[in-house]
Parts: sequence; structure tokens; C-alpha cells
Amino acid sequence: MTDSAFLTALELVIGLDADLLDIVGLSLKISLTAVAIAALLAFPLGAALALFRFPGRAPLIVTLNALMGLPPVVAGLAVYLLLSRAGPLGSLGLLFTPTAMVVAQVILVLPILAALTRQKVEELHGEYAEQLASIGVSRRRRIPTLLWDARLSLITVVLAGFGRASAEVGAVMIVGGNIDGVTRVMTTAIVLETSKGNLPLALGLGIVLLTLVGVINALAHLLGEATRRQLG
Amino acid sequence: MTHLTLSVPATTPRLNFDRVSYASRGQTLLGPLSLNLEGHRRTLIMGPNGAGKSLLMRLAHGLLQPTSGRLVWEGAAPRQAMVFQRPVLLRRSALANLEYALAVQRVPRRQRRERAREALARFGLEALARRPARVLSGGEQQRLALARAWLLSPEVLFLDEPTSALDPAAIRAVEAAIGDFHRQGVRIVMTSHDLHQARRLADEVILLHHGRLVEQSPAATFFDAPVTAEGHAFVHGELLD
Amino acid sequence: MTRYQASTPASALLSGALLVAGLAVCATSAQAEDEPPFITLASTTSTQNSGLFDAIIPSFTEDSGIDVRVVAVGTGQAFEIARRGDADSLLVHDTAGEEAFVADGYATERADVMYNDFVLIGPAEDPAGIRDADSAAEALNLIADNASPFASRGDDSGTNRAELRLWESAGVEPGGDWYRELGSGMGATLNTAAGMGAYVMSDRATWVAFDNRQDLELLFEGDEVLFNQYGSLKLSPERHPELKHDLADQWHDWLLSEAGQQAIGDFEVKGQQLFFPNADGE
Repeated sequence: MTDSAFLTALELVIGLDADLLDIVGLSLKISLTAVAIAALLAFPLGAALALFRFPGRAPLIVTLNALMGLPPVVAGLAVYLLLSRAGPLGSLGLLFTPTAMVVAQVILVLPILAALTRQKVEELHGEYAEQLASIGVSRRRRIPTLLWDARLSLITVVLAGFGRASAEVGAVMIVGGNIDGVTRVMTTAIVLETSKGNLPLALGLGIVLLTLVGVINALAHLLGEATRRQLG
Repeated sequence: MTHLTLSVPATTPRLNFDRVSYASRGQTLLGPLSLNLEGHRRTLIMGPNGAGKSLLMRLAHGLLQPTSGRLVWEGAAPRQAMVFQRPVLLRRSALANLEYALAVQRVPRRQRRERAREALARFGLEALARRPARVLSGGEQQRLALARAWLLSPEVLFLDEPTSALDPAAIRAVEAAIGDFHRQGVRIVMTSHDLHQARRLADEVILLHHGRLVEQSPAATFFDAPVTAEGHAFVHGELLD
Repeated sequence: MTRYQASTPASALLSGALLVAGLAVCATSAQAEDEPPFITLASTTSTQNSGLFDAIIPSFTEDSGIDVRVVAVGTGQAFEIARRGDADSLLVHDTAGEEAFVADGYATERADVMYNDFVLIGPAEDPAGIRDADSAAEALNLIADNASPFASRGDDSGTNRAELRLWESAGVEPGGDWYRELGSGMGATLNTAAGMGAYVMSDRATWVAFDNRQDLELLFEGDEVLFNQYGSLKLSPERHPELKHDLADQWHDWLLSEAGQQAIGDFEVKGQQLFFPNADGE
């Protein structure tokens, strides 16, 4: 069966199956959008957590770390209840749309990005703190400075977030509904094919997904290495 | 004040240490000590490893707060800059590192490029403007750190073992730069464990041992006729215990 | 931050990612503007997994210009989605539940659309010997007496509800090691049953379309208590005025129309008809 799964995956890719392309495109669109939005929020948040001491900071960090393990299905359920017609944001009519899936993934990815950003920025600040204090850089001014100088590590952080977003199924299944051609992504398609007992196709889709994530990681790695060599 | 040359201030700033001590985790690492840093001099802080040289400097520069005692600048606190043993440069080009320091001082954007280039030229780095600061050699990095300090227009420049990791040519360049600062009216406070360097640069020497002030003397006195027994031993290259 | 620093590959990557994301958002919203009208239909995994919707929705869309977006879940969850106003239309198979849904005021009308039947599946060697049973009740009693593993959906779906009613009428209270509630959809339950050599009750459509049978075989069928009726419901405009009732009514009416019934009857998997239209109450 594994053989036929690989063959199926190969056929899917070589044949450039139109449905597959739609599904892959939607998966990428949703996960990249979610990661981009989460990064815009998480970078400053993580950096602020690294730089400022305030009451409630420690509980906040512990909470963020704990939320890194938030089960996707719980995030999905929360977004479902929020966006459902009977819920507080029901009038927006967003349930069972790609937007709802982006919202759910932002919730999943944000704690990871924020917690890891805090860690990376704190490490870098350990190195920079005296110099920045000597030049007279305010805490607030240090946020963009450190984020920019930590950009190499932040690529890894973003990839971790992208990995979580593109691999999860629990949340997008609930809030997207796995509607053919509208909200069907790689992972929900895999669940569907599995439940049809079409295991080679399911595994084939899995191989395609894995390859895709692998290619994105490899590209990021190469770019990161090139930059590292250049920046020393 | 112009940004090209630094005017000699009418009165040189004076920093008074009044029974200052610094402790960490219940252990006193420095002091209590009382001394004055005054005059338009080049002061070398000397002593064996662990004597508290770097601590004294960080307290003076305001990076650390004393556990007890008081540090007081007479008059307004002067503009200061500090050059560290291992320069901390941002992960950007040499030019961008300098422009950053100017931006922090709220220098208008259109002036930054020109002033940064002038500083690079002054320290012989103009050819390296676009190079990432982190791939420069140790000596180049330290000169860039000096160029950055220059752009802060300091009245007092602190240097913590600025040449300890450098080869002779680079040491010469850094010492020349320090002389340049001094001629432009900048008060120099510097740590070193190198007696030869101290002989070349010092107007005044402060000798620390086990966190205590042993001796503060004019350089000529210190090297020719130290007041204390420890000073005598140190100048003659003996180990202090 | 100054401009020329953005020349490093890392920053190019970061800005590239942001750009792609931005374009993606734009593309998504642009798409939303010229979208054809659509309704959201909450339905069951059995109809979805068999491929019925893929076969019949295109002809409805061609006739009406309305797209139907299917959210396929267990019947229990489908009711819940409709109750919360998250679907425009409902097609499920739990007649008693559907009538209660109308009685509670969530739907104004229910109609028979089609039926198929449940079948009992099990390992080919049939340790409980249900192959020769005279009735579904006898078959279930044999499984219980033999304590042969039985995989139950356990997910409050229409199939699960039908299964529990069958145990009740057979006079057996299922429980113990041999009775395994999986809390999964039909396909997942079949996968699990195949893995552990368990008996399982499935709707015929999912079974026929199911590809991972391994050692499983159809062992018992034909008792009229295994009849599986599907109904379509018109949801209440009073409860949820914001739903697309006009469009949903067109779908409901089409299912019951000659064209809709014909499309359902024409749907075959592996040469076998899976759903039998009965809107006229035959």
C-alpha cells in the first residue's frame, strides 16, 4: 500500500491535478496569511515581553508557553462558537469560510510565535543590553532594533508557526467545514479520503503536503544560511 | 558644538565616588571606595583580574547602580560613550551601525548619512561602509565602535580593555584614535592590564586590588615611585595576592 | 530602520512572505465579490463519503445557478449547526430527530427524499454466525452472546441512533469489553473495524464506496428494520431570518422534484444504486 501511496502522490504531482492545485493553493494561502498576521502581532508582543518588566509578566509568559500546546480542535471550537450565527460575531457570516480558518490558525500560531520571539529577543538582548544602554536607547526603541537584528532566528520562529498551521486539521475542520472547492485544504482532504477508506490517496496527499512543507523549509534554510554567511 | 571637532569644555566634568560599593548575591565585589575622577586627563584603571576594574567603569558610566554610597557628577552629567572589550555591533552594515547611533540621538534623517561617512573616514573605515559589521576583523570592529562613540560627541569616553583581543597593528590604530579623542578635549577613562600600554597612554593611574582602591597617582609618580607596596609590586610585574 | 538593510536574503524572504500573504488576502476578498449565490447545507458523512453530492449538486447548480456547499458531519452535529443558524438547509437521516426538530420550531417542514438501508458488516469468518440469522435482532443477539467485538460509531449520528434503537428492540443492552464506542464518522469506524476484526453497522452507501475493506464482508442485510430514510428540512425563517431561505427552498424543492429524484436514482457506485428516491412517499 505504501508503494501505491507514493505512486498516487507522484501521479497527483505530475498530473498537476486541478483539484489538487486548488487544495494546495488554498492550504498555502490560509496558512501563510495566518502566519503573517500572527507574526505582525507576535513579534512586537514577544519583544515587549522580553524587554519590559511589569506585574503579571511571569503569568503571561507561562500562559503563552502553555498555549503553545493548545489543541487545535479547542481553538477551532472557540472560533466556531465565536463566529456561529448564534455567537457574538455571528452577524459577520464568516463561519465555513477561509477567513474563519485563518482566524483559527492565527489563534493557534500566535502563542508559538510570541513565546519563541520572546526567547530569541531575550537572548539577543543579553548580548546587546549594555551597549544599547550606553548609547541611550530606550526600552521601547529597542523593540524594532532587536527584532531586526534577530531576523535570522525569527525565520526559524516563523517556520515553526507555519509548520503548526499547515499541519493542523482539528481547527480548520470545525470552522471551515471541509467544503469541496471552498474550504477544503490538504489536511481535511486527507481526513476525508481516510474516512472513505481511500488510504493510498490519503497517504499520497500526505506525501504532497510533507514535500511542500519540506520545500518551504529548505528554501528558508538556504536563504538563512546565505544571510548568515553574509552577515557573519 | 560642531560634529566634526569636539570643543574642549570650559570646565571639565568631575565625578565623585562617595563610599561607593557594589555587591551581587550578598558578596561585595567592589568598594567601599571613595575617589574623584577629574581634570582633562587620561585615567588608566589597573589591577589584576577580578580587581573590579570593569565594575568601577560600569558604575561610573551608569550601567550599574551602586549597592551603597553615592556617585555624583558635579554640575550636569556630561555626555558619555563607552567602548567595550568585545564591541557589540548590530547585525547590519558598518554604515548602518553609525546611522543607528545618530538616529537614537534624533539626528535628522538627511544628516545621518553624511555624518556617518565622515566618522568612517576619520577612523579609516570608508572602504568598509557597506560591509556587514559582524564580518569585519577585530581591529576594524573596534575602530567602528570608536567611530560610533565619536558620533555621540562625548565629553567623557570610557574604554574597557579596548585592545586586549587585538594584534599590534590594530592596537596601534586604537591607541591613536584614543589620542585623537583626547586631543579633541575628551576625558578618557580606560581599563587595561597592560603596563606598557598604561605607560604610553596614562596621565593618571588608579590601582585596584580585591575591589579596593590601592592607589590613585599621576602616571609619572605611579611608574617611577609608587606610593604603596602593592603599587610597587604591580609596576615591577610581581603577582599580587 | 533604514532602507538599504532590506537587501539581505533574510529580509527579502520576510517581506516576500508578507507580500504573498497580502496578495492572498486580496485574492480571497476579490473572489468573494463575484461569487455565485450559494447555500450551506449541513448533511451527513454517509451522503458525502459515497460521492452522492458530487454527482447531484452540479445538475442542481446548472438548473438554478445556486451552488451548494456541503458541511458533512454526524447527524447530531448537523442538527446543532442548523439549530445555531450556521446552515441554510439540512439533509439528514434520523426521522424521529427530524420530526422533533420541526416540533421544536427550528424547521417548518420535513420531507422524505430518499432511502437506503443499513447493513451488518463483519469479519469473513463470522465468529458469531450472523450470516444465517433470520432477523437483525437475532444477529445482534448472536454478536452479544458471543461477545464478539462490535464497533459502534458512538457519535450521536443518524447511523448511531439507528443502531442504538436496534439494540433496544433486540432486547440487548450493549456494553462490556466487546462493545466499542469509537466516537468517529462512518468511514473512520469502518477503518477501525477492519483493523480489529469487529462487527459494525454501516449504511450501504458508505460501505459500497469504502475501499479499505481488508477482511470485512457484508454479512447481514434485508430486514426491514434496517431501512434508512433521509429527509430534507426547511429551516425556520422565524428562528433565523438571516439565512438564505429563498435559495434553500429552491434546493429543497429540487430534491423532491422529478429532476432531483432522477439524479439521486441515477447515482451509482461500482455499478450499484445506493440511494432510492422516495419523495412521493412510495
